[in-house]
Amino acid sequence: MLVRPKAGILDPQGQAVEGSLRQLGFAVGEARVGRVVDLELEATDAASARADVERMCEQLLANPLIESFEIELEGA
Amino acid sequence: MSERRPQVAVIVFPGSNDDRDAAWALHALGADPVLVWHGEQELPDVAGVILPGGFSYGDYLRCGAIARFAPAMDAVGRFAAAGGPVLGICNGFQILCEAGLLPGVLRPNRSLEFICRDARVRVENADTKLTSRCTVGQNLTIPVKHGEGAWFADDDLYAELVALDQIVLRYEDNPNGSVHDVAGVCNREGNVLGLMPHPEHAVDPLLGSADGTFVLASLIDAAREWAQALV
Repeated sequence: MLVRPKAGILDPQGQAVEGSLRQLGFAVGEARVGRVVDLELEATDAASARADVERMCEQLLANPLIESFEIELEGA
Repeated sequence: MSERRPQVAVIVFPGSNDDRDAAWALHALGADPVLVWHGEQELPDVAGVILPGGFSYGDYLRCGAIARFAPAMDAVGRFAAAGGPVLGICNGFQILCEAGLLPGVLRPNRSLEFICRDARVRVENADTKLTSRCTVGQNLTIPVKHGEGAWFADDDLYAELVALDQIVLRYEDNPNGSVHDVAGVCNREGNVLGLMPHPEHAVDPLLGSADGTFVLASLIDAAREWAQALV
């Protein structure tokens, strides 16, 4: 799961990272900092796994007021 | 009867650190505090609830995001839904927002620095159960100490809260970058209040300010009324 601050939401952590990268001499644009959650999950098929993970994101892993999420599935 | 000391629960999460201060302040102001472990399924016989400050679950994931699933939070939710007075201070405010008992969310301070200093807040709504001892426009000096205290709501939600008079406290000198200087909000019914400043640290002039008394004494009044209504 990739959880990130929604567009338009002030991201002070991203701003701090952006400033540091510029100080190091990298000519970067805007930086935004999110969070990656790797999760092992047993499921019968990809659709049910995705549905489970969506519910996890909605209930705990992301706050819909400020964060959006993306889900990536990898089969074992 | 009206002078009876009401019992007020202080919920203790792993990582709470202002629970004892809240209990001390409640006792000093005329209530009997009851520390309640977060794993309890039911609240004891109390007439008010404080969710104290601290760093429940190490602030992992988002502040308050994990504590909201504590068994005691279900009981707090039922108590709040019935109309009982609930006060969330700092981490308690964060937990109430994550639990959906209060609107909005607390985000990292704009400065990314932990802030620990007195804050001046202005009372915007004195009709809630937790601000009945205040007057609108009153300035209170109450300390803040937080790294993630910037309350946020999008424009639509904020407009709705203003229309419903749910913005209860605003900073005179915004320390953390909260939208529209918001320092405290209540639920629609006015029996649940969350605020980032710590009234329990401002209950005696020796502590630098006794202005926190206005909030905590309001809670104790509300608890006393709640206890009487149940008799």
